[in-house]
Amino acid sequence: MNIVTDPKTLHEFEKHSIKVEKISRRGILKGIGVAGGLVLAAPLMSRQAFAAYQTGASKMPHGVVVDPRVFVAIAPDGIVTIVAHRSEMGTGVRTSLPLIVAEELEADWSRVKVRQAHGDEKTFGNQDTDGSRSTRHYLIPMRQIGAAARTMLEEAAAKRWGVPVSEVKAQNHEVAHAASGRRLGFGELANDAAKQPVPDINGLKLKDPKDFRYLGKGQVSIVDLHDITTGKAHYGIDTRLPGMKYAVIARPPVTGGKLTSFDPADALKVSGVEKVVEVKGWPWPSKFQPLGGVAIIARNTGAAIKGREALKVVWDGGANASYDSAAYRKQLEEAARKPGLVVRKEGDADAALKSADKVVIGEYYIPHLAHASMEPPVAVANVTGDKVEVWAPVQSPGGTREDLAKTLGIPEDNVTVNVTLLGGGFGRKSKCDFVLEAALLSKAIGAPVKVQWTREDDLHHDFLHTVSVERIEAGLDKSGKVVAWRHRSVAPSIASTFAPNVLHQAPFELGMGLIDMPFEIANIQCENPEAAAHTRIGWFRSVSNIPKAFAVQSMVGELAAMTKRDQKEMLLELIGSPRIVKLDSVKDPWNYGEPYDSYPIDTARLRRVVEVVADKGKWGRDVAKGHGLGIAAHRSFVSYVATIVEVSVDDKGKLTVHQVDTAIDCGTYVNPERIQSQIEGAAIMGLSLAKYGEISFKNGAVEQGNFDSFPVIRMDESPLVTHVHIVPPSADTPPSGVGEPGVPPFAPALVNAIFAATGKRIRALPIGQQLET
Amino acid sequence: MIKVKINGQEQVWDGDPNLSLLWFLRDEAGLTGTKFGCGEALCGACTVIVDKQAVRSCVTAISDVAGREVTTIEGLHPTGDHPVQKAWRQVNVPQCGYCQAGQIMQAVALLTENPKPTHDQIREAMAGNICRCGCYQRIENAVHLASTGV
Repeated sequence: MNIVTDPKTLHEFEKHSIKVEKISRRGILKGIGVAGGLVLAAPLMSRQAFAAYQTGASKMPHGVVVDPRVFVAIAPDGIVTIVAHRSEMGTGVRTSLPLIVAEELEADWSRVKVRQAHGDEKTFGNQDTDGSRSTRHYLIPMRQIGAAARTMLEEAAAKRWGVPVSEVKAQNHEVAHAASGRRLGFGELANDAAKQPVPDINGLKLKDPKDFRYLGKGQVSIVDLHDITTGKAHYGIDTRLPGMKYAVIARPPVTGGKLTSFDPADALKVSGVEKVVEVKGWPWPSKFQPLGGVAIIARNTGAAIKGREALKVVWDGGANASYDSAAYRKQLEEAARKPGLVVRKEGDADAALKSADKVVIGEYYIPHLAHASMEPPVAVANVTGDKVEVWAPVQSPGGTREDLAKTLGIPEDNVTVNVTLLGGGFGRKSKCDFVLEAALLSKAIGAPVKVQWTREDDLHHDFLHTVSVERIEAGLDKSGKVVAWRHRSVAPSIASTFAPNVLHQAPFELGMGLIDMPFEIANIQCENPEAAAHTRIGWFRSVSNIPKAFAVQSMVGELAAMTKRDQKEMLLELIGSPRIVKLDSVKDPWNYGEPYDSYPIDTARLRRVVEVVADKGKWGRDVAKGHGLGIAAHRSFVSYVATIVEVSVDDKGKLTVHQVDTAIDCGTYVNPERIQSQIEGAAIMGLSLAKYGEISFKNGAVEQGNFDSFPVIRMDESPLVTHVHIVPPSADTPPSGVGEPGVPPFAPALVNAIFAATGKRIRALPIGQQLET
Repeated sequence: MIKVKINGQEQVWDGDPNLSLLWFLRDEAGLTGTKFGCGEALCGACTVIVDKQAVRSCVTAISDVAGREVTTIEGLHPTGDHPVQKAWRQVNVPQCGYCQAGQIMQAVALLTENPKPTHDQIREAMAGNICRCGCYQRIENAVHLASTGV
């Protein structure tokens, strides 16, 4: 199936959508207190009679749209087209969400086509593909959409046959009347079905899960599989328009720096270079706006890159010109050793630490990380008059549209955002600066422009994962029980990218492993000392959970070692009794934007993933000399994950990861095969960040440039095998995140394993040469 | 004037002879299956086959392949059913898929040279190709499957 990037084709498709003529939409909406309009908007979602749980979906920008006319089209030949409104970056969401619709619709998946939605949240609802939210927010809405369309088909058939609708049933792409043996295909019913009213979603009967053909089975491959293996899959980099020019941009090396002067003469001498154009930059902190600089416009990308090498340019560093990672680390460590803003307090941790029999202190350092998606940022824009059309690999089609409108000073209706496949995202492509650059350049030169970021651009100008020092002090009583826990987390906040003078982490960062720490300890204090940002900080797959889970779960290993207990037993003792954790002392528990009733911190589920992984992964097995096992568990994106890693370290310090076992409880799930692939990948990304991941600054600029100085794990160092154990959900357990939660427990499980193998405790990432002797 | 045969078709180029094969393929010849990842032969996303050998097109000048035969992912098999492509689909290798054309071309070159590679030989031969999504376990399984018959 090919991705559709031409909005005209998509609009064409909408013409064939099931149309509802006779019903007053307002009538339906009136019943639930929403003022007019054609969109079944967010509030509906929180009023479903049958949904066993509520989600935070309605609080997302533009909420949820549940309307079969928007998402489903049935052609007279029976081909069912389902719209994927979220972005595909490798999680499989472009397959999973339409698959949910197809399940309820009783469509035969082999006769389903998937069309990618353009950026239009008023039509499709929220499109931000981030926060591991797509399945958890859309399982029920997509089922409702499919069920609504199925009902319309059944009603059309019943009417045609003159029988009560209760006597007909849709099954496998046709509707059957059992009593008479009559059958009609979806294609034959499409026109009549379109004349049926869209049923009230509150009255819809959803399928019994025991009748599911696709959901939870993992038998369906991703829709782009054939195109990916034949080179036909269309990524951001693959858009080509007639008359399109190719551009690369020289940007200020220091975040917030400015262009002083440039001389285009040598660049213009390069064969294929056509123009040199200044690009507007925004003052720091610049949100998602471009950094500014000088663009080289050429007939192909190779010429543009060569032109940039020849460009003479002088920059002014600005306020961040002295950013130095070594000095900054010292600052963070100093801050972590002093009291900071208290963000959670139970009991009296200060007093309990003073009176403790023993205090174990762990100070952990986790540096900046770059996303380094294999497809660097890239976008094509075509500005004509007061309109712009872009083709881009964005996680945020709606936000991109808004920002394009603001940046160009045109109405949003004049902005078309075509969403291509993403060659990896990991949070980087939630920020649309590269799309804005393309639009500004297209406007400046009056032609379609592709802006290509090189790998060096990507590493130099990323919205980096934060850098942090996490300091934990744990106090034990005479029996070895942990009675006090003080965790100070010091890290520049993502909020600093949006506003000046931000010194504290936002609730959504504190809520990723600090204030939601699930251990049953009498005296807990969490603090957040100040830290200022000196570069653009952004979301990186699993975000603040990386440093916080690293610290907390490393400390579990340290406590086990100190008290000579098994790591897993120590972990279970700290998690404590099966219970719902109460966060009464926390001002804003955030909880991933989800209602706590639906998605509480349930330590029974956390214990269960530990027990499952210990059982399936044979925790405690005998391992060869020089080998060690490590374990870690963490709740993030409202899912529960536990990981066991087996490593060996040879006498030269060479680290080998022999086996990874991960158990995940992500509630009700759609496609276990893609859960498995996400968890396999999370182990690789976890190992990359643990072993090599570091972006560092000197004189305000990033020191790394490409995969030689910013290595990531390659096949020859990847885990020899990763086993994924999906914990079956209890009935009605709401779906939770999959894309991100596999990452946080990996690094602490790894360093716990290294400790078991060598007796050496890694407290600063990356591991780098620390194991070499 | 440089002449080069790409997927069986002769192409000519009269621009900069130092232009990399990658950008020639993508921007001038319109063959976008070959991907850009690093520009310095560090990631393998741009791998194509030149006279049976895997080559990083990002550091290969168009002049270096004058008169030679270049095969890209588009030219591997008319219906996309090369044993390596079929194995890739059978194992459900890709996540985002961006690096996979390069991975597949590297695997094809490996199997041309060594039809029955061992586990260690696969891991070594494929180590120049980065997959940031982390599909390595499946890539290895797919190469193994392709080598034993799909």
